Amino acid sequence: MTFASILSLSLAAILVQNFIFVKFLGICPFLGVSKKTDTAVGMGLAVIFVMTVASSVTYIVNEFVLVKLDLMYMQTVVFILIIASLVQFVELFLMKMIPSLYKALGIYLPLITTNCAVLGVALLNVTNQYNFIESVLYACMSGVGFTIAIILFSSVREHLEYAKYPKAFEGFPIALVTASLLSIAFMGFQGLSIF
Amino acid sequence: MITILAAVLTLTILGLLFGLLLAVGSKIFAVEQDERIPMVQECLPGANCGGCGYAGCANLAEAIVNGEAAVNTCPVGGAETAQKIAEIMGVEAGETVKMTAYVRCSGGSNASRKYDYEGAIDCLAALKVAGGPLECTFGCLGYGSCAKVCPNDAISIVDGKAVVNSDACIACGKCVGACPRNIIAIVPANNKTHVACVSKAKGGDVRKICQVGCIGCGICAKNCPHEAITVVDFVARIDYSKCQDCGKCAEVCPRKIITK
Repeated sequence: MTFASILSLSLAAILVQNFIFVKFLGICPFLGVSKKTDTAVGMGLAVIFVMTVASSVTYIVNEFVLVKLDLMYMQTVVFILIIASLVQFVELFLMKMIPSLYKALGIYLPLITTNCAVLGVALLNVTNQYNFIESVLYACMSGVGFTIAIILFSSVREHLEYAKYPKAFEGFPIALVTASLLSIAFMGFQGLSIF
Repeated sequence: MITILAAVLTLTILGLLFGLLLAVGSKIFAVEQDERIPMVQECLPGANCGGCGYAGCANLAEAIVNGEAAVNTCPVGGAETAQKIAEIMGVEAGETVKMTAYVRCSGGSNASRKYDYEGAIDCLAALKVAGGPLECTFGCLGYGSCAKVCPNDAISIVDGKAVVNSDACIACGKCVGACPRNIIAIVPANNKTHVACVSKAKGGDVRKICQVGCIGCGICAKNCPHEAITVVDFVARIDYSKCQDCGKCAEVCPRKIITK
C-alpha cells in the first residue's frame, strides 16, 4: 500500500465521502449530541474508536466465516450482532482496565451500539472490496470525518443560541436547516481526488 | 434446505460465541460496586439537573455511598428523599429546608434606561454594550439568561424583569450562575420576606434612576423586632437565620421594595 493510496483513501473518507454530509449515515447522534462542542468531541472520539475496532472484527468474520460458507447475504444481520456485542465487551473491558477512558467516553459508548454509521462502514468495506489494512484505515478515517462534521455542526449550533430566528424554527428545525447548508458546502468536495 | 440450516446454524453459533464472550467478559472484568449505589440512585429524582454539584444523579449516588456527600445533598428531593437515603445509609437525615431561587430586583419598567437595546436576547450580550441598557448598574436586565438555563421552566420575564415561580423552583442554582449581575439568590422557600434590590449605589443616585430601588435609609433595620436586617453598602440585607417572617419591615419600607 503506497503513501499516495493511503492519502487518497483518507481524503475520500474524510471529505469527499463524508459519512454525515454526503452519505447521510449516523444522523441520529449527529443531531442528538451536537448541542455543545465538548460533548460532540467525546462522541466523535468514541465513534472513531468503535468504527476502527468494529471494522477489523467484521472483516475477519466476513472473510473467514461468511465467505468460506458462502453466506454473504447474511452480512447485515451478522455485522449487527458483532457490533452490538463488541461494543458491550469493549465497555466491560474499559470499565475494568482503563477507567479514565471509560469515564471520558461515558454514555456515548453504549449509544454507538445502534449507530448506523458503524454498520455502514462495515458493509461499505465489503462492497468496496477493501483488504484488512484498507478496511481499518477507511473506518478510522470515516470516524475522523464524522468527528469533523459533528464538531463543525456543534460550533454552529452554539452560536445559534444567540441568533434571532422565527419561533417556529426553534430547536430541531433550525438545526436541520443548518445541517443541510453544511451538507451543501461539503458537496463542493465532490470533484476532489488525488491521482 | 441445507442452505437454510447452514445460515441458521452459523448465526446461532456466532450468537452463542459472542454471548459466551460477554458472559466471560463480565466475570473477568467485573468491577466491584457497592450494592447501595443503585439503591440510593433509585431514591433520587433522576432528573440529572446537576443542582447538587455532581454531573448527574448516578454520580451523586456514588458520592453519597462513598461518604463524600451528605445524604441530604439533593436539593430537589428534599426531606423525603434524604430520609429514604438515610435509611439505606443507616444515618440520621438531619433537617432540610426547601429552598427557592429569588430575584433580588423589582426594577423592570420602573427602572430608567440609557438606550434601547436591539441585539441578541441574552443578558451577558446586552451587558457588553456600554454596560447594559439600564441606568442602574445592579438591576435585572430582563433578557432571560436565567430563564433559559432553568431546567424546570420556573423563571419567567414579567414586566422586564425575571420572576421565579417558587412552587416550580427546585433550587438547583443554575440561574444563580447564569445571571451576569449576580442578582438571584437561593433563599428558604418558607420565608416570604425578601429585599428586592441589590443596588449598592447611594440613596440619592438610586432615587434618580429607579423608583423601586433600596436607598439604604435603614428604617427596616430599626423596626425589625428580631434584629435580622442590616444595611451594608446602602442596601438592606435580611439574615434568614434570624428572620421570623413577621413582615414588619415590609410595612415600614418607604420604597415598598421589601416583599411580604
